[in-house]
Amino acid sequence: MVGNALWGGLTRRHARNKKGTYQLEEPLETREGSAISVVSKPALNPVLAELRARIGQLEGGAARTQSVLPFAVPEMDRALPGGGLAFGALHEIAGGGGGTVDGAAAALFVAGIAARTRGKVLWCMTRPDLFFPAISQAGLHPDRVVWCESDKEEEVLSAMEAGLSFGGLSAVVGELVRLPMNASRRLQLAAEKSGSMGIVLRRWRRQSEASDYGQPTASATRWRISTLPSERLPVAGVGRARWLAELMRVKAGECAEFEIGAPDAKGRVCLLPVSGGRPDQAAHLRRLAG
Amino acid sequence: MPASKAQAMVADLLVIDAGPTDDASALWRLALWTLRHYSPVVAVDGVDGLVMDTDGADHLHGGEELLLSGLVNRMRSHGLTARAAIADTWGAAHALARLRAAETTIVPGGDVTKAVIDLPIVALRLAAETIQGLRVLGIDTVGQLAAMPRAPLALRFGPEPARRLDQMFGRVAEPIEPIRTPDLVEVSKNFAEPIGAPETIARYVHRLVEQLAARLAQEGLGALRCDLIIHRVDNTRQHLRAGLAKPVRDPARLSKLLCDRIESIAPGFGIEKLAVVAILTEPLAERQVASSLIEEAVADITPLVDILGNRGHRLFRVAPVASDVPERSVRRISAAAPDIGQAWAAKWPRPSRLLANPERIEVIALLPDQPPAVFTWRGKRRKVMRADGPERIFGEWWLRPREFQAVRDYFVVEDELGERYWVYRAGDGVDPETGSHLWFLHGVFG
Repeated sequence: MVGNALWGGLTRRHARNKKGTYQLEEPLETREGSAISVVSKPALNPVLAELRARIGQLEGGAARTQSVLPFAVPEMDRALPGGGLAFGALHEIAGGGGGTVDGAAAALFVAGIAARTRGKVLWCMTRPDLFFPAISQAGLHPDRVVWCESDKEEEVLSAMEAGLSFGGLSAVVGELVRLPMNASRRLQLAAEKSGSMGIVLRRWRRQSEASDYGQPTASATRWRISTLPSERLPVAGVGRARWLAELMRVKAGECAEFEIGAPDAKGRVCLLPVSGGRPDQAAHLRRLAG
Repeated sequence: MPASKAQAMVADLLVIDAGPTDDASALWRLALWTLRHYSPVVAVDGVDGLVMDTDGADHLHGGEELLLSGLVNRMRSHGLTARAAIADTWGAAHALARLRAAETTIVPGGDVTKAVIDLPIVALRLAAETIQGLRVLGIDTVGQLAAMPRAPLALRFGPEPARRLDQMFGRVAEPIEPIRTPDLVEVSKNFAEPIGAPETIARYVHRLVEQLAARLAQEGLGALRCDLIIHRVDNTRQHLRAGLAKPVRDPARLSKLLCDRIESIAPGFGIEKLAVVAILTEPLAERQVASSLIEEAVADITPLVDILGNRGHRLFRVAPVASDVPERSVRRISAAAPDIGQAWAAKWPRPSRLLANPERIEVIALLPDQPPAVFTWRGKRRKVMRADGPERIFGEWWLRPREFQAVRDYFVVEDELGERYWVYRAGDGVDPETGSHLWFLHGVFG
């Protein structure tokens, strides 16, 4: 199931990169309606739920209390196993388009997630170009974040591992270019042990290097946040930022995508109706019609 | 020059008697201060200098360059003019600090020969008559002396010149005997058989730290800087320094910090003595921790700050500064500082990434206060679909007189793809006194 979800996500992305259109492998019925509906499985089917519990026991995770951080957006939480982003797991988040290099939207998305946790946050990076007032506007108070600047990528990994295994932090964020399988597995294990949430913010030096994001890692979820034209206002001006949040991979779940509004002053995102003006979406609808 | 001659040359000359004993005691006090703040191995060098071994301790100051410039600046703030040099050997550093015009000199490892070859022979710490004699022979620089055959030199001047040369080039060891005061809390362990395995070192470090913690508890102190000094059988010494954000005497935390860098110890032929010193201490009272029934305990993260700080990461928190100029609105504070409690007051949207240097963009815009219609950034032309602004930011003329008339007009612009940027025009669009009217991109919104 996990493998299916991963490959489903990959094929779709590559197909779009090449031709600018979707080649959907999942049934189209699931994508109707104004908001993208997700095939919801677990809690409804008792047989599946029991199977899930037994697999969890076999994996040795039964003793751990799996707590999650819900987005408070039912559609998004339904797509995630347990009903939210899992604590004690590693999550990968990257930007799309120009965001692969600057990671501006992804950083705000991460700040919104970290803001909704309780406790201190460690944020590790090599390029200190974050503008902290913006992070604070997403609800993450400056007193809650300890910033850790390192010279090399490997040092970011070691700082993240130390932070995740320390245990007293609610979230550990690291801005990384490369995330090899071994490194991600170490981070995942450290997070499992302590119950802190690990977030890797992937940003690359060049947009072409972002194909690296297809490589498998041990992270529990993988997101891509791309900017969309902002919400229309009745007057001239720029409205609330609108993002396309693609859940490209999720362990024990299926990929999904949402159009969301950027985090408000308390770090909460909201689901917005799908806009018609998106280039991909327009092509997709045309294909459906013809 | 005699004092009377100097008085004849300069009117109203102030003459003060030299006080060598006062100078020596002041130098001693300075050495103690450097011992606490900079390096575990410090000694007085001659009558006018200090020598210290920075190896294993420079990471607490952000590397050699920052350590050296910080040291010189702190001396200057106390009214002392200092010149400093870092080199592989005591002899070379001594010579470079005294004979180079630059305030700070750093010689990269292995480049000592190149750095000292042209220095005059005064640099060699030789007696005055020996230098006089060498000058008579026509030898002026270290390079010339090094090229001389040794035997005739030793016959005429004794073994001293050759020894000093060898010390300068690092062929002969010149250990620094560190200064110590009676009030330092220090514990040590001599080994009958030299040890070398990392597990053994870790075990003994742990035992020593327990003894040290007991001593600190007796005196009611907590360590802020803790040194591990390793004496090897070949009479060389290595040291590791661990810095702490707040005073600590918990043996587990102290030994974790020291054992964290155990792989950087080179035991060589074996270690015959280990010593642990609490070099900088502060009073630390026992504190009762109330068990919390109602509120959740907030985890103290100082241990993590210490661990990461000693690995060479730069840890900091940020605090708001009351300034409208974006790049001046943030300051870094210590990661272990108490909570500030306030955030930025600005209600206008701010970009999540701010470019360190605003980048020039080519713009088509209506003057004086319209947002750009089209702009070109990094070679890509973008059409502006929506925009907000201007948000006018004035220069801080009360702090910087040059900004008396400076103005920046900030706009939020969004292109066709929905990417949002923060651009500004230098100047108000009317008066050329207020700025160049060039456009810059300053940040990227999410």
